[in-house]
Amino acid sequence: MSAAETFDAAKARPLWHRIVVRPESVTLLLLIGAVFVSAWLSPFFADLRFVLESATFYIEFGIIALMLTLVVVSGEIDLSVAATMALSACLFGIAHRAGLGMPVAILIGLGSGALMGLFNGVLVTVFRLPSIIATIGTMTLYRGIAQVIAGDRSVGGFPDWFVGIDFIAVGIVPVPVIIFVILAILLGLVLGSTLFGRQIYQTGTNPIAARHAGIRVDRLKMILFTASGLTSAVGGLLMASRLGVVRYDLATGGELQVVLIVMLGGTYIFGGRGTIAGTFLALWLLIIIQTGMTVANIAIEAQLTVLGLLLILAIISANAIYAGGRR
Amino acid sequence: MTALSRLVRAREAGLVVMLVILAAVVGAIQPRFLTVGTLDIILLAIPLILVAAMGQMMVIVARHVDLSIGSILGFASIAVGMMFRDIPEMPLWLGFILAIAIGAGLGLVNGLIIALFRLPAIIVTLGTLSLYRGLIFILSDGRQVDPNHIPEALIRMAQTSPIGVPWIVIIAFLTALLAYIFLRHMRLGREIYAAGSNPDAARLRGIRVNRVTLVVFSLSGAMAGLAGLMYAARFGYVNPGITGVGFELTVIAAVVIGGVSINGGIGTVPGVVLGVLLLGAVSVALPILGISGFWQDAIYGAIIVIALIVDGSVRAGGLVRLVTGRGG
Repeated sequence: MSAAETFDAAKARPLWHRIVVRPESVTLLLLIGAVFVSAWLSPFFADLRFVLESATFYIEFGIIALMLTLVVVSGEIDLSVAATMALSACLFGIAHRAGLGMPVAILIGLGSGALMGLFNGVLVTVFRLPSIIATIGTMTLYRGIAQVIAGDRSVGGFPDWFVGIDFIAVGIVPVPVIIFVILAILLGLVLGSTLFGRQIYQTGTNPIAARHAGIRVDRLKMILFTASGLTSAVGGLLMASRLGVVRYDLATGGELQVVLIVMLGGTYIFGGRGTIAGTFLALWLLIIIQTGMTVANIAIEAQLTVLGLLLILAIISANAIYAGGRR
Repeated sequence: MTALSRLVRAREAGLVVMLVILAAVVGAIQPRFLTVGTLDIILLAIPLILVAAMGQMMVIVARHVDLSIGSILGFASIAVGMMFRDIPEMPLWLGFILAIAIGAGLGLVNGLIIALFRLPAIIVTLGTLSLYRGLIFILSDGRQVDPNHIPEALIRMAQTSPIGVPWIVIIAFLTALLAYIFLRHMRLGREIYAAGSNPDAARLRGIRVNRVTLVVFSLSGAMAGLAGLMYAARFGYVNPGITGVGFELTVIAAVVIGGVSINGGIGTVPGVVLGVLLLGAVSVALPILGISGFWQDAIYGAIIVIALIVDGSVRAGGLVRLVTGRGG
């Protein structure tokens, strides 16, 4: 019995190999490279303040990407995140315009986001739909409802204290960046050091085995989808605060950015592998790349080429590294 | 097998019933919906969706999905539109061949990445959706091709033909007919179903699943390219930031409503044609009922989700589980 096991087991990879050869280290290397190249091309990038200010344009997607990392590790995906941002922000804006008061409006925004996530979870766990298609459906649905309730106009008129959260800073660190860092630490601990986190990995690696091991897979996925919806609503509100108005087409195409951050961070698209650290690094990599392209006067639309290419290269390289690690 | 075909046939009958109910309800509120003119408007609303849906359904039957068709449509139409602008003497038929070839080429790139690296189509085509859109802007320098540069003969194809029905409607239904013959009676077409219902079994039976992947993505791209030229004919201009944006969602909606299973292996051309007709009827009914166009996306989204739930409950007893509260 034990002889057979030692015979079957693959030779363990040496410690340095396990630490160094992983997708996150590719992200880290790229990040270091991007910092040097951009600082060499433009002195702006040597200024931490400039980088942190630029970060506020992408930080909402980063916050959502942190939560999406957990969803992807569990073997699912949520493509409705940007539409959830838009609908929850529109509901918040309309509640405020109706005179409900800011605390109630914010609660409506957050609560509706959680409900949208819960609905995604129901489609996936109760109706056994693949999340990729189910969340394409709800992406159309949520964005469509936002269009119905908000029409073609901007909803604004928020109180002064709510508008411009990206201009409030502790030292030189804007508040949204602080929120991102705190959430990264929290979710990093959840995924890396709690029983729940281990269950997420187990579910993503082999859902059937996870079920047999007594993990309540459906409940776990329901929690993750709801949390993803709630986080998207937080992102939507942060964006509403930054822009000062909400519209139904808020964050259009944002799902590309969010998925790109998660994939750049080396999270395995088929589930079971990935870390918050990778996603954390990937956001900064994306910020430097996108800000760099903007500084270099490359039109936003032309930047799409680079983002799409990055997404494909990121999954190819992560895939190759994981395949190598299995051998 | 009989149970399966009964299910598929039930879906098609169900779609016909839904179309009849829609016509009856809308007709009761606004009698002018039930005129021949409405049919003309519906037929003119659907050719692009119908053509692209034929490609998308093959991709989904093969257990993939193609999110990049809107960008392929945009790329093919802007590239060919610019050629018409810069080389006015270019014949129309060459434009069609080029649009289809450009689309097939971009689709082949999708297929190659997916098959070669064994990656999920949804993420790869999300990447190429943005990659191709960016290339559209680079190629066109962000400028649209104006109506006066679109050949007169091309625009006429969206208006008339010798038999009265506009050419682009005829082309769309011819494409559907070819897709029907291909999927039902040709070896490669049947292999798409085999590869989609069980890729491992298909491989064991000697079907080259990777080749099927390349074929369906190339065809999907080719049909998106054809739809691109039809867009130029129908709307008379091509805009880098507008043409084809969000198109993939409408097409996927039509395919899913048409009864194509998202788990691969199941789906018929008549079902998808009915799904396209239903979407077209909804889009024409809204303004007649005086409902704002803002509702269209929400209704499409609701239709997709409901169609998915119906599939899910039939397959996995989802409703039963929801009611009884049992399960994982």
